[in-house]
Amino acid sequence: MSARCTPTQASLSSIVSSVTDLLLESQTASAVPSEQTGATFAPVSPVDIEARALAKRFGETQIFSDVSFRLARGEAVALVGANGTGKSTLLRCLMGLIPTSAGSVHLLGQQPNEATGGELRKIRAQVGLVSQKHNLVPRLSVLSNVVHGLLGQHPGLRHWSHSLAPQSSRDAAMQALERVGLAGFASRRADRLSGGQSQRVAIARAIVGGPKVLFADEPCASLDPSAGEDVMELFFRLVRDEDVTVVFTSHNIEHALKYGDRVLGLAQGRIQLDATAASLSSADLRGLYD
Amino acid sequence: MTDIAPPRFELARFERLSASSFLGYALGLVIIFWCLAGAGFSLEKVASAPPRFADFAARAFPPNLDPQVLSRLGWKMVETLQIAVAGAVIGVILSVPVALLAAKGLIAGPWVNQIVRTALSFIRAVPDIAWALVFVVAVGLGPFAGMLAIVIDTIGFCGRFFADDMEATDKGPAESLTATGARKLDVVACATIPGSLPAFISTSLFALEKAVRSSTILGLVGAGGIGIELKVGFDLFDYPTAMTVIMMIAVVVIGIEQLSGWARTKIIGEQR
Repeated sequence: MSARCTPTQASLSSIVSSVTDLLLESQTASAVPSEQTGATFAPVSPVDIEARALAKRFGETQIFSDVSFRLARGEAVALVGANGTGKSTLLRCLMGLIPTSAGSVHLLGQQPNEATGGELRKIRAQVGLVSQKHNLVPRLSVLSNVVHGLLGQHPGLRHWSHSLAPQSSRDAAMQALERVGLAGFASRRADRLSGGQSQRVAIARAIVGGPKVLFADEPCASLDPSAGEDVMELFFRLVRDEDVTVVFTSHNIEHALKYGDRVLGLAQGRIQLDATAASLSSADLRGLYD
Repeated sequence: MTDIAPPRFELARFERLSASSFLGYALGLVIIFWCLAGAGFSLEKVASAPPRFADFAARAFPPNLDPQVLSRLGWKMVETLQIAVAGAVIGVILSVPVALLAAKGLIAGPWVNQIVRTALSFIRAVPDIAWALVFVVAVGLGPFAGMLAIVIDTIGFCGRFFADDMEATDKGPAESLTATGARKLDVVACATIPGSLPAFISTSLFALEKAVRSSTILGLVGAGGIGIELKVGFDLFDYPTAMTVIMMIAVVVIGIEQLSGWARTKIIGEQR
C-alpha cells in the first residue's frame, strides 16, 4: 500500500485483510502460504490461475508490481481499476501473450512464460478470450469465425474455413452459435453484424472449444448499455453451468459486483482490493477511481 | 463592426531566415541547376522543338489503319496483354509467401525479414527493361522472357506492399486466435491475410496496370509484345504505323486503368 493513503484506500486495505481472515477461517490442512498477504490459505477447488509477485514494466514505465493472487476453478473474478492501471496488460500476462518483467504465472498448472511454443499452445487451447472489440475477421462468415476458435485444438488447413472443416467441428460451431442465439446468422459476413451480435459471435468463438478458463477484456465497453447488459447476461449464463474460471475486466462497477464472485482492484500499480463481491458496495469500488 | 484593440504582441508575417536555412535553400538551388546542366537542358532546343514535333505529327497522321496492319498489331497487343496478365498473376501469387517472410512479427525472425526486404529492394531498384534484357539472355528472345521480367518486377512491387499491408492490419483478430492456442501459420491464414485482403486486391490491381504499361515496351529489347512494332515503325520511318501502335497502347492502358478502378471499387467498396 502506498504511504500516502486516502481514507477510501485505507478502507479498501481493511477489506483486503477482512477477506484474508475469512479465507483463513476456511483453510484446509494442506494450506499454502500466500506471498502477498503472508497468510496461509487454500481454495477448496483446484487453482486454475496463480500470479506470484507479478510485475510488468514497459521501458521505464512500471505498469504494476508485486501482484499476487490465486483463482480457483469456477470462480468469476472482476478486475477493476482506473484507466492505465494495467488491467488489460495483466490479462495478457496471465495468458502469456506478453512476457512478465518479474514474478511468475501459473495457468492451469503450467507456467506460460516458461513453456515451449508447443506447450504454450496446449495451455492456450484450454483458454478463451473475449476482447473489448470483438476482433472477428470482417470479410469471413460468422461460422468460419467460430470454427477458428477450434484452431488451438485442431491446427491446420481444415479449420481455416467452415467449408473445409470436418462435420464435427461445424456441428460444434453451430451449437456454439445456437447458444448465443445466432444460428440463423451462420452464413452472414462478420462485418454485416451489429456490435452486440459481433460480441455474441466472439463469445461463441471463445466457448466453442469448451475452455477451462475464459478471459474477457471489457467485453461490453464498445456496446450501448442495453446491448452490454445482454452480452454480460449471456456470457455468464453460458459459463456458470460449465464450471469455467472467468477473469473479466470492467469499468462498470455494477457489472463487477453482479457478475463477479470476487473483485480484484488495481490502483497505483498494485492490487489494492481483493474481496468477495458480496462483501463490497459500489462505494468501495469507486474508491479505486479516486 | 466594433473596434478591435491592437494586440499586445504581434507575429511577423514572414520569419527571418537563419544563416543555416539560407545556406540550405541556396544549396538546393545550386543542385537543381547542376542537374539541369547535366540533363542537357537547353531553352534553344525547347524553342525549336514545336516545329519538329509538328513535322513528325504531319508525317504520322493519319495513323495506318490498313486492316492487315491493324490485324497484325491487334494480335501483338493481345500477346502484350497475355504477357502482362500471366506475369502479374504469377507474380502476385509468388508475392504472398515472399511477403510473409518480409513482414515483421509474423512467421519469420528479424534477420529473415531484413534479408528478404533487402532482396525486394534490389528487385525494385533494377528497372523492368533491364530484367527483360537479363531474361532474354537466360531464356532467349520472345514473350517468355518478357513474362519472367513482369513476374520478377511484380514480386518486387507486391512483395514489399503486401508485407507492409500485413504489418499494418488490425492485430486484434490475430491476438484472439493466438490466445486460443492457434499456430502462427494458422493465425496468418485465418486472421492476417483475410484482414489484409482489401489492400492485397488494391495492390494487385495496381500491379496489373503497371504490368500492362511495362509489357508494351519490353518488345524494344526483344522480350515479346507490341513494343517491337513501335521500334520497327520508328527505325523504318514508318511513322503512321508507329502512331497506330502508340494510340493502341494508350487505349489499352487507359482501358485497363478504368477496368482496374471499377474492379477496385466493386470489390473493396463493398466492405463497410
